Amino acid sequence: MIASFFLQPVAMILLTGALVAAAGALVGTFLVLQRNSMLSDAISHSIVFGIVVVWLLTHAQSGPVQILGAALTGVLTVFLTELVAGTRRVKRDAAIGLVFPALFAAGVLLLNLYARDVHIDTHTVLLGEIGFVWLDTMMLGSLELPQAVVWMSVVTLANLIYVLMFYKELKLATFDPQLAAALGFAPTALFYVLLALTSTTAVAAFDAVGAVLFIAFVIVPPATAYLLTDRLSLMLVYSVLIGVASSLSGYPVAVMFDVSVGGTMAAMTGVFFLLAFLLGPRHGLLGREWQRRRGE
Amino acid sequence: MSIRKLLGKNDTAQCHRLHEPDQALHIEDLTVAYEGKPVLWDIDINIPPGVMAAIIGPNGAGKSTLIKAVLGLVRPTAGHICIHGHPPAESLRRIAYVPQRSAVDWDFPTTVLDVVMMGRYAHLGWFRWPGRRERRHAMEALESVGMAELSHRQISQLSGGQQQRVFLARAMVQDADVYFLDEPMAGVDATTEKTVVRLLQELRDAGKTVIVVHHDLQTVRDYFDWLVILNVRVVAQGRVPEVYTGENLRRAYGGRIALIDSGTGEDSSGAVAREASR
Repeated sequence: MIASFFLQPVAMILLTGALVAAAGALVGTFLVLQRNSMLSDAISHSIVFGIVVVWLLTHAQSGPVQILGAALTGVLTVFLTELVAGTRRVKRDAAIGLVFPALFAAGVLLLNLYARDVHIDTHTVLLGEIGFVWLDTMMLGSLELPQAVVWMSVVTLANLIYVLMFYKELKLATFDPQLAAALGFAPTALFYVLLALTSTTAVAAFDAVGAVLFIAFVIVPPATAYLLTDRLSLMLVYSVLIGVASSLSGYPVAVMFDVSVGGTMAAMTGVFFLLAFLLGPRHGLLGREWQRRRGE
Repeated sequence: MSIRKLLGKNDTAQCHRLHEPDQALHIEDLTVAYEGKPVLWDIDINIPPGVMAAIIGPNGAGKSTLIKAVLGLVRPTAGHICIHGHPPAESLRRIAYVPQRSAVDWDFPTTVLDVVMMGRYAHLGWFRWPGRRERRHAMEALESVGMAELSHRQISQLSGGQQQRVFLARAMVQDADVYFLDEPMAGVDATTEKTVVRLLQELRDAGKTVIVVHHDLQTVRDYFDWLVILNVRVVAQGRVPEVYTGENLRRAYGGRIALIDSGTGEDSSGAVAREASR
């Protein structure tokens, strides 16, 4: 029974989509609140460099080595960005823009030169193909499971554990990094771990949704949740729920119009954002209007 | 442990060798530079325990940098810092810090009570979550700043003065020995300023040391009993009546200050200073 569930293409597509959304929302909530959303863009692109380098060294296309390589590439991206920004010759946003295209370009170049016959091509890199995740399976005990489901479960769990274990510390470091540092809570270290987790999430989600759509899952559900609540804990919960709902509702829409599944899932995050923007109780346009009228 | 602790491994020995454990804050030969440009140059400061001290100086004098260096937020080029005879990294629970209000994002999704409870985090340490005791501490502090009924407000709905009082309540629950405040009276209403001053004086009367970066020269003599005048170097320091003189202020502020003699016929220590061209 269980075994057959994991071989059903549709169930696996939905499960993968839901896991990508949940994992992305957990780290994304803190990135959005730190005003570092666009670092997820940088990371999701520059990990292409990491993926190609790890492939050239080990010929592993997924699995623990790739995930470790991604974490290092993500940290490298942010480290280089801070280094460039630290010279004070360029602003931080420009530094991000200098570093990640360079790494991304190096990755694509290496791909073209040395890895022409690998299935990693530029199209997959950008968009992924969630429709085929059920084809790539691996054995876990006696259970045959799609690789994407296995690795996405691992990173989702890792993100969840990190956020739960360090909830108090992350909250302080995000709200008031100076006090966090003064109290000895190492906000910089917390920040780098968060980015390493963002990178591992990106590489695990890579086959499914690609680099560009991944950004939608990291940024849009937290930005939507931000409009709906004034509590950090609820913002995390809403982000995950909105992300998962986007994935689940995206699939039937994609089938209906016969378009990209990953793309439709990401587009649904935008639909939810628009709804919250218009109808949100406190920050939404209608809610504001209502509060204004009531206040008169 | 923390990186700061690793970097500061020699500080303990220095703090002991300097034989200044009686000072609440002891700073020796401190230099801080950004990109080779000194912001603080060869600073020596002693502030005894149980005083309410103001740090004043013109814009760019390094007032905020001084506090940040003490808290380990910026790394000094040279020098050492001791809090009650110990390096700051070893006295995290003895130091409370109130940053400038603009240092945080007031749209952050959290409540007044939550922010105040953050002051207890140093006592909780890693991993432990705040509970009923922290909540009680926070509520008591909110009552003393007159904000108890707003404890469940989202922080973005607060006025500037209310934000400052929340920060003050957060510092109070830290239950520290030395309090550092960066411009707590800047841009707040008169009621808040009175509350802030009263609470800080209560802390001092309870034997704590309060060190405030202050911008309003006119209130120095009313609020404080200790004064450090800073302009990259230390211009003067000591008890307010001895240090708050026209000559010292002129040395720090140069032409940017207007001195109005209060007419007591004495020397310029009776002067009222007004910083011009701000």
